[in-house]
Amino acid sequence: MARKKNRMSTEVNAGSMADIAFLLLIFFLVTTTIASDKGILNILPPKLDPNNPPPKIDLNERNIFTILLNANDQLLVEGEFRESPEGLDEDVKAFIMNFGSPDEEGIALYNSLPASVKALAARNPDSSDDPGEAVVSIKTDRGTSYDKYLEVFDLTKKAYFDIYAQRVNLSTDEYRALTGKNDAETSLQDRGKEGIPMAISIAEPNKIGGN
Amino acid sequence: MAKFGKKTKADVNIPTSALPDIIFMLLFFFMVTTVLREQEILVEQKIPAATQLQKLQKKTLISYIFIGKPKNTALYGTEPRVQANDALLNTPDIVQWVNQERDLLPEADRGLITISMKADRDVKMGPISDVQTELREADARRILYASIGKVQK
Repeated sequence: MARKKNRMSTEVNAGSMADIAFLLLIFFLVTTTIASDKGILNILPPKLDPNNPPPKIDLNERNIFTILLNANDQLLVEGEFRESPEGLDEDVKAFIMNFGSPDEEGIALYNSLPASVKALAARNPDSSDDPGEAVVSIKTDRGTSYDKYLEVFDLTKKAYFDIYAQRVNLSTDEYRALTGKNDAETSLQDRGKEGIPMAISIAEPNKIGGN
Repeated sequence: MAKFGKKTKADVNIPTSALPDIIFMLLFFFMVTTVLREQEILVEQKIPAATQLQKLQKKTLISYIFIGKPKNTALYGTEPRVQANDALLNTPDIVQWVNQERDLLPEADRGLITISMKADRDVKMGPISDVQTELREADARRILYASIGKVQK
Protein backbone atom coordinates (compact mmCIF):
# COMPACT_ATOMS: atom_id res chain seq x y z
CA MET A 1 0.00 0.00 0.00
CA ALA A 2 1.48 3.23 -1.15
CA ARG A 3 1.92 5.85 1.49
CA LYS A 4 -0.86 8.41 1.16
CA LYS A 5 0.45 11.81 0.42
CA ASN A 6 -0.32 14.33 3.08
CA ARG A 7 -2.59 16.75 1.24
CA MET A 8 -3.22 20.27 2.32
CA SER A 9 -6.26 20.52 4.54
CA THR A 10 -9.33 21.41 2.47
CA GLU A 11 -11.47 22.50 5.40
CA VAL A 12 -12.42 26.13 5.50
CA ASN A 13 -11.53 27.78 8.72
CA ALA A 14 -14.84 28.51 10.39
CA GLY A 15 -13.47 30.03 13.51
CA SER A 16 -14.18 33.56 12.37
CA MET A 17 -17.75 32.85 11.32
CA ALA A 18 -18.92 34.25 14.63
CA ASP A 19 -17.07 37.45 13.96
CA ILE A 20 -18.69 37.81 10.59
CA ALA A 21 -22.08 37.21 12.11
CA PHE A 22 -21.44 39.82 14.73
CA LEU A 23 -20.28 42.16 12.08
CA LEU A 24 -23.54 41.82 10.20
CA LEU A 25 -25.54 42.08 13.36
CA ILE A 26 -23.83 45.25 14.40
CA PHE A 27 -24.07 46.64 10.91
CA PHE A 28 -27.84 46.24 10.87
CA LEU A 29 -28.18 47.45 14.42
CA VAL A 30 -26.37 50.60 13.52
CA THR A 31 -28.01 51.35 10.21
CA THR A 32 -31.62 50.56 11.03
CA THR A 33 -33.54 53.64 11.94
CA ILE A 34 -36.91 53.13 13.48
CA ALA A 35 -39.17 55.76 12.07
CA SER A 36 -41.39 57.23 14.71
CA ASP A 37 -44.93 57.06 13.49
CA LYS A 38 -46.47 58.78 16.40
CA GLY A 39 -48.88 61.57 16.01
CA ILE A 40 -52.33 62.88 16.63
CA LEU A 41 -54.95 61.11 14.61
CA ASN A 42 -57.63 63.14 12.95
CA ILE A 43 -60.40 62.07 10.64
CA LEU A 44 -61.32 64.67 8.07
CA PRO A 45 -64.92 65.12 7.00
CA PRO A 46 -65.89 63.68 3.63
CA LYS A 47 -65.60 65.97 0.67
CA LEU A 48 -68.49 68.15 -0.18
CA ASP A 49 -70.63 67.01 -3.04
CA PRO A 50 -72.08 70.13 -4.67
CA ASN A 51 -75.09 68.21 -5.99
CA ASN A 52 -75.82 66.57 -2.71
CA PRO A 53 -75.10 68.96 0.13
CA PRO A 54 -75.07 67.50 3.62
CA PRO A 55 -78.30 67.97 5.52
CA LYS A 56 -78.30 71.07 7.60
CA ILE A 57 -78.42 70.15 11.21
CA ASP A 58 -79.38 72.87 13.58
CA LEU A 59 -77.46 72.60 16.76
CA ASN A 60 -78.25 74.71 19.71
CA GLU A 61 -75.55 77.22 20.43
CA ARG A 62 -75.14 75.77 23.89
CA ASN A 63 -74.14 72.45 22.36
CA ILE A 64 -71.18 73.94 20.52
CA PHE A 65 -67.97 74.79 22.27
CA THR A 66 -66.32 77.31 20.00
CA ILE A 67 -62.61 77.88 20.03
CA LEU A 68 -61.39 80.62 17.73
CA LEU A 69 -57.71 81.08 17.05
CA ASN A 70 -56.67 84.25 15.31
CA ALA A 71 -53.63 85.09 13.24
CA ASN A 72 -51.83 86.36 16.35
CA ASP A 73 -52.33 82.99 18.04
CA GLN A 74 -54.78 84.49 20.50
CA LEU A 75 -57.79 82.52 21.58
CA LEU A 76 -61.45 83.26 21.92
CA VAL A 77 -63.02 80.43 23.86
CA GLU A 78 -66.81 80.58 24.11
CA GLY A 79 -66.64 84.33 23.59
CA GLU A 80 -63.93 84.89 26.18
CA PHE A 81 -60.51 86.16 25.27
CA ARG A 82 -57.52 84.10 26.33
CA GLU A 83 -53.84 84.58 25.83
CA SER A 84 -52.83 80.94 26.27
CA PRO A 85 -54.66 77.66 25.80
CA GLU A 86 -53.67 76.43 29.23
CA GLY A 87 -56.53 74.83 31.13
CA LEU A 88 -58.57 74.43 27.98
CA ASP A 89 -58.78 70.68 28.46
CA GLU A 90 -60.59 71.09 31.78
CA ASP A 91 -63.10 73.48 30.22
CA VAL A 92 -63.74 71.12 27.32
CA LYS A 93 -64.22 68.24 29.72
CA ALA A 94 -66.69 70.22 31.78
CA PHE A 95 -68.51 71.17 28.59
CA ILE A 96 -68.79 67.63 27.23
CA MET A 97 -69.91 66.08 30.48
CA ASN A 98 -72.27 68.89 31.42
CA PHE A 99 -75.55 66.93 31.01
CA GLY A 100 -77.64 70.11 30.88
CA SER A 101 -80.84 68.44 29.71
CA PRO A 102 -80.06 64.90 28.62
CA ASP A 103 -82.54 62.86 26.61
CA GLU A 104 -83.29 59.26 27.53
CA GLU A 105 -80.06 57.98 26.04
CA GLY A 106 -78.17 60.65 27.87
CA ILE A 107 -79.72 59.68 31.18
CA ALA A 108 -78.89 56.03 30.57
CA LEU A 109 -75.34 57.06 29.72
CA TYR A 110 -75.12 59.18 32.85
CA ASN A 111 -76.26 56.31 35.04
CA SER A 112 -73.65 54.00 33.52
CA LEU A 113 -70.77 56.32 34.35
CA PRO A 114 -68.45 55.78 37.29
CA ALA A 115 -68.72 58.28 40.11
CA SER A 116 -65.51 60.10 39.19
CA VAL A 117 -66.91 60.98 35.76
CA LYS A 118 -70.37 61.76 37.11
CA ALA A 119 -68.76 64.41 39.28
CA LEU A 120 -67.97 66.39 36.12
CA ALA A 121 -71.64 66.93 35.34
CA ALA A 122 -72.40 70.47 36.37
CA ARG A 123 -75.90 70.49 34.83
CA ASN A 124 -75.41 74.02 33.64
CA PRO A 125 -78.37 74.96 31.40
CA ASP A 126 -76.13 77.15 29.23
CA SER A 127 -73.72 74.36 28.38
CA SER A 128 -74.12 71.13 26.44
CA ASP A 129 -77.27 69.03 26.75
CA ASP A 130 -75.50 65.69 26.81
CA PRO A 131 -72.26 64.21 25.47
CA GLY A 132 -73.94 62.83 22.36
CA GLU A 133 -74.88 66.35 21.30
CA ALA A 134 -71.76 68.20 22.32
CA VAL A 135 -69.50 69.43 19.56
CA VAL A 136 -66.17 71.16 19.95
CA SER A 137 -65.51 73.51 17.10
CA ILE A 138 -62.03 74.81 16.34
CA LYS A 139 -61.73 77.62 13.88
CA THR A 140 -58.49 79.22 12.83
CA ASP A 141 -57.30 81.94 10.54
CA ARG A 142 -55.00 81.16 7.66
CA GLY A 143 -52.32 83.03 9.54
CA THR A 144 -52.60 80.98 12.71
CA SER A 145 -49.47 79.00 13.39
CA TYR A 146 -49.72 75.24 13.01
CA ASP A 147 -47.99 74.84 16.33
CA LYS A 148 -50.72 76.68 18.20
CA TYR A 149 -53.47 74.90 16.34
CA LEU A 150 -51.95 71.57 17.20
CA GLU A 151 -51.67 72.58 20.84
CA VAL A 152 -55.36 73.42 20.99
CA PHE A 153 -56.31 70.28 19.08
CA ASP A 154 -54.10 68.28 21.39
CA LEU A 155 -55.81 69.68 24.48
CA THR A 156 -59.23 68.96 23.04
CA LYS A 157 -58.23 65.39 22.34
CA LYS A 158 -56.83 65.18 25.83
CA ALA A 159 -60.19 66.15 27.27
CA TYR A 160 -61.88 63.31 25.41
CA PHE A 161 -59.18 60.79 26.20
CA ASP A 162 -59.29 61.76 29.87
CA ILE A 163 -62.99 61.03 29.97
CA TYR A 164 -62.65 57.75 28.07
CA ALA A 165 -59.81 56.61 30.28
CA GLN A 166 -61.62 57.52 33.47
CA ARG A 167 -64.61 55.50 32.39
CA VAL A 168 -62.60 52.33 32.08
CA ASN A 169 -60.34 53.03 35.03
CA LEU A 170 -57.13 53.49 33.11
CA SER A 171 -54.72 56.35 33.02
CA THR A 172 -54.99 58.51 29.94
CA ASP A 173 -51.67 57.24 28.63
CA GLU A 174 -52.74 53.64 29.08
CA TYR A 175 -55.99 54.26 27.26
CA ARG A 176 -54.26 55.96 24.37
CA ALA A 177 -51.79 53.10 24.07
CA LEU A 178 -54.64 50.69 23.34
CA THR A 179 -54.39 49.69 19.72
CA GLY A 180 -57.26 47.26 19.51
CA LYS A 181 -55.02 44.39 18.48
CA ASN A 182 -56.98 41.92 20.56
CA ASP A 183 -60.55 41.64 21.73
CA ALA A 184 -59.86 42.74 25.27
CA GLU A 185 -58.28 45.98 24.10
CA THR A 186 -61.01 46.64 21.57
CA SER A 187 -63.72 46.16 24.16
CA LEU A 188 -61.92 48.50 26.56
CA GLN A 189 -61.65 51.08 23.80
CA ASP A 190 -65.30 50.74 22.91
CA ARG A 191 -66.45 50.89 26.49
CA GLY A 192 -64.47 54.08 26.92
CA LYS A 193 -66.01 55.95 24.05
CA GLU A 194 -69.47 54.44 23.94
CA GLY A 195 -72.07 57.20 23.78
CA ILE A 196 -69.47 59.96 23.86
CA PRO A 197 -68.44 60.57 20.26
CA MET A 198 -65.29 62.53 19.71
CA ALA A 199 -66.95 65.38 17.90
CA ILE A 200 -64.23 67.86 17.04
CA SER A 201 -65.09 70.07 14.15
CA ILE A 202 -62.34 71.84 12.29
CA ALA A 203 -63.81 74.76 10.45
CA GLU A 204 -62.47 76.14 7.21
CA PRO A 205 -60.03 78.90 8.16
CA ASN A 206 -60.64 82.59 7.65
CA LYS A 207 -58.54 84.31 5.06
CA ILE A 208 -56.74 86.50 7.54
CA GLY A 209 -53.02 86.86 8.07
CA GLY A 210 -52.00 84.32 5.48
CA ASN A 211 -52.32 83.43 1.87
CA MET B 1 27.12 23.55 8.81
CA ALA B 2 24.54 21.19 10.10
CA LYS B 3 22.47 24.00 11.46
CA PHE B 4 21.61 25.14 7.97
CA GLY B 5 20.39 21.71 7.08
CA LYS B 6 17.27 20.96 5.16
CA LYS B 7 14.36 22.93 6.47
CA THR B 8 11.20 21.17 7.52
CA LYS B 9 8.17 21.73 5.31
CA ALA B 10 6.67 25.23 5.57
CA ASP B 11 3.65 25.61 7.83
CA VAL B 12 0.54 25.86 5.61
CA ASN B 13 -1.75 27.38 8.21
CA ILE B 14 -2.40 31.07 7.75
CA PRO B 15 -2.30 32.84 11.07
CA THR B 16 -5.82 34.01 11.89
CA SER B 17 -5.22 35.83 15.09
CA ALA B 18 -5.42 39.18 13.31
CA LEU B 19 -8.71 38.35 11.63
CA PRO B 20 -10.93 40.00 14.26
CA ASP B 21 -8.98 43.19 13.84
CA ILE B 22 -9.51 43.10 10.11
CA ILE B 23 -13.20 42.44 10.60
CA PHE B 24 -13.52 45.32 12.99
CA MET B 25 -11.69 47.53 10.60
CA LEU B 26 -14.22 46.65 7.93
CA LEU B 27 -17.06 47.20 10.36
CA PHE B 28 -15.84 50.65 11.22
CA PHE B 29 -15.27 51.43 7.56
CA PHE B 30 -18.86 50.57 6.71
CA MET B 31 -20.21 52.29 9.77
CA VAL B 32 -18.56 55.48 8.77
CA THR B 33 -19.26 55.42 5.06
CA THR B 34 -22.71 53.87 4.71
CA VAL B 35 -25.56 56.23 4.12
CA LEU B 36 -28.86 54.49 3.84
CA ARG B 37 -30.92 55.81 0.99
CA GLU B 38 -33.41 57.78 2.91
CA GLN B 39 -35.85 60.23 1.57
CA GLU B 40 -34.08 63.44 1.12
CA ILE B 41 -36.15 66.00 2.89
CA LEU B 42 -36.32 69.17 0.88
CA VAL B 43 -38.28 71.19 3.38
CA GLU B 44 -37.53 72.28 6.91
CA GLN B 45 -38.81 69.93 9.53
CA LYS B 46 -39.17 71.04 13.09
CA ILE B 47 -41.88 68.71 14.25
CA PRO B 48 -44.16 70.24 16.88
CA ALA B 49 -44.63 68.64 20.26
CA ALA B 50 -47.89 67.32 21.60
CA THR B 51 -49.07 65.10 24.42
CA GLN B 52 -51.88 62.98 23.04
CA LEU B 53 -49.84 60.84 20.72
CA GLN B 54 -51.15 57.66 19.25
CA LYS B 55 -49.37 54.95 17.40
CA LEU B 56 -50.81 53.24 14.41
CA GLN B 57 -50.91 49.51 14.23
CA LYS B 58 -50.14 49.06 10.58
CA LYS B 59 -47.23 51.05 9.33
CA THR B 60 -47.75 49.98 5.75
CA LEU B 61 -50.88 52.10 5.60
CA ILE B 62 -49.00 55.29 6.30
CA SER B 63 -47.84 57.64 3.58
CA TYR B 64 -45.80 60.64 4.47
CA ILE B 65 -46.28 64.17 3.36
CA PHE B 66 -43.87 66.89 4.41
CA ILE B 67 -44.82 70.51 4.72
CA GLY B 68 -42.45 73.31 5.47
CA LYS B 69 -40.26 76.07 4.19
CA PRO B 70 -37.95 74.78 1.43
CA LYS B 71 -34.36 74.34 2.52
CA ASN B 72 -33.15 75.54 -0.82
CA THR B 73 -34.76 78.95 -0.76
CA ALA B 74 -32.86 80.13 -3.82
CA LEU B 75 -34.54 77.49 -5.93
CA TYR B 76 -37.94 77.06 -4.35
CA GLY B 77 -38.62 80.34 -2.57
CA THR B 78 -39.51 80.88 1.05
CA GLU B 79 -43.18 80.01 1.00
CA PRO B 80 -44.06 76.66 2.64
CA ARG B 81 -44.13 73.81 0.18
CA VAL B 82 -45.43 70.29 0.18
CA GLN B 83 -43.12 67.35 -0.36
CA ALA B 84 -44.20 63.82 -1.06
CA ASN B 85 -41.77 61.06 -1.90
CA ASP B 86 -38.72 62.81 -3.30
CA ALA B 87 -40.18 65.83 -4.95
CA LEU B 88 -41.99 68.99 -4.12
CA LEU B 89 -45.59 68.95 -5.17
CA ASN B 90 -47.99 71.66 -6.01
CA THR B 91 -51.13 71.51 -3.96
CA PRO B 92 -53.41 70.32 -6.81
CA ASP B 93 -51.09 67.36 -7.47
CA ILE B 94 -51.73 65.89 -4.05
CA VAL B 95 -54.85 64.09 -5.20
CA GLN B 96 -52.87 62.26 -7.86
CA TRP B 97 -50.13 61.40 -5.40
CA VAL B 98 -52.64 60.01 -2.92
CA ASN B 99 -54.16 57.85 -5.62
CA GLN B 100 -50.74 56.51 -6.56
CA GLU B 101 -49.98 55.71 -2.94
CA ARG B 102 -53.33 54.04 -2.54
CA ASP B 103 -52.77 51.84 -5.56
CA LEU B 104 -49.67 50.44 -3.88
CA LEU B 105 -51.73 49.06 -1.03
CA PRO B 106 -53.60 45.77 -1.12
CA GLU B 107 -57.17 46.17 -2.21
CA ALA B 108 -58.70 45.51 1.19
CA ASP B 109 -56.67 48.21 2.90
CA ARG B 110 -57.18 51.01 0.42
CA GLY B 111 -59.85 52.72 2.44
CA LEU B 112 -57.61 52.83 5.47
CA ILE B 113 -54.77 54.79 3.97
CA THR B 114 -53.40 57.21 6.52
CA ILE B 115 -51.48 60.31 5.64
CA SER B 116 -48.88 61.33 8.16
CA MET B 117 -48.51 65.08 7.94
CA LYS B 118 -45.04 66.05 8.96
CA ALA B 119 -45.45 69.75 9.11
CA ASP B 120 -42.98 72.27 10.36
CA ARG B 121 -44.12 74.14 13.41
CA ASP B 122 -43.58 77.49 11.72
CA VAL B 123 -46.03 76.75 8.95
CA LYS B 124 -49.24 78.71 9.07
CA MET B 125 -52.64 77.09 8.94
CA GLY B 126 -53.26 78.30 5.37
CA PRO B 127 -51.12 75.72 3.58
CA ILE B 128 -52.12 73.04 6.07
CA SER B 129 -55.79 73.55 5.40
CA ASP B 130 -55.18 73.61 1.65
CA VAL B 131 -53.53 70.21 1.96
CA GLN B 132 -56.40 68.98 4.09
CA THR B 133 -58.87 70.14 1.50
CA GLU B 134 -56.98 68.20 -1.17
CA LEU B 135 -56.87 65.12 1.02
CA ARG B 136 -60.60 65.34 1.49
CA GLU B 137 -60.89 65.63 -2.26
CA ALA B 138 -58.80 62.48 -2.64
CA ASP B 139 -60.88 60.77 0.03
CA ALA B 140 -57.84 60.05 2.18
CA ARG B 141 -59.44 61.26 5.34
CA ARG B 142 -57.38 59.59 8.01
CA ILE B 143 -54.54 61.90 8.81
CA LEU B 144 -51.92 61.84 11.47
CA TYR B 145 -50.39 65.09 12.63
CA ALA B 146 -46.89 63.78 13.22
CA SER B 147 -45.54 65.15 16.45
CA ILE B 148 -43.06 64.31 19.12
CA GLY B 149 -43.84 63.75 22.76
CA LYS B 150 -43.97 66.78 24.96
CA VAL B 151 -42.51 66.55 28.42
CA GLN B 152 -45.45 66.58 30.73
CA LYS B 153 -45.45 69.18 33.41
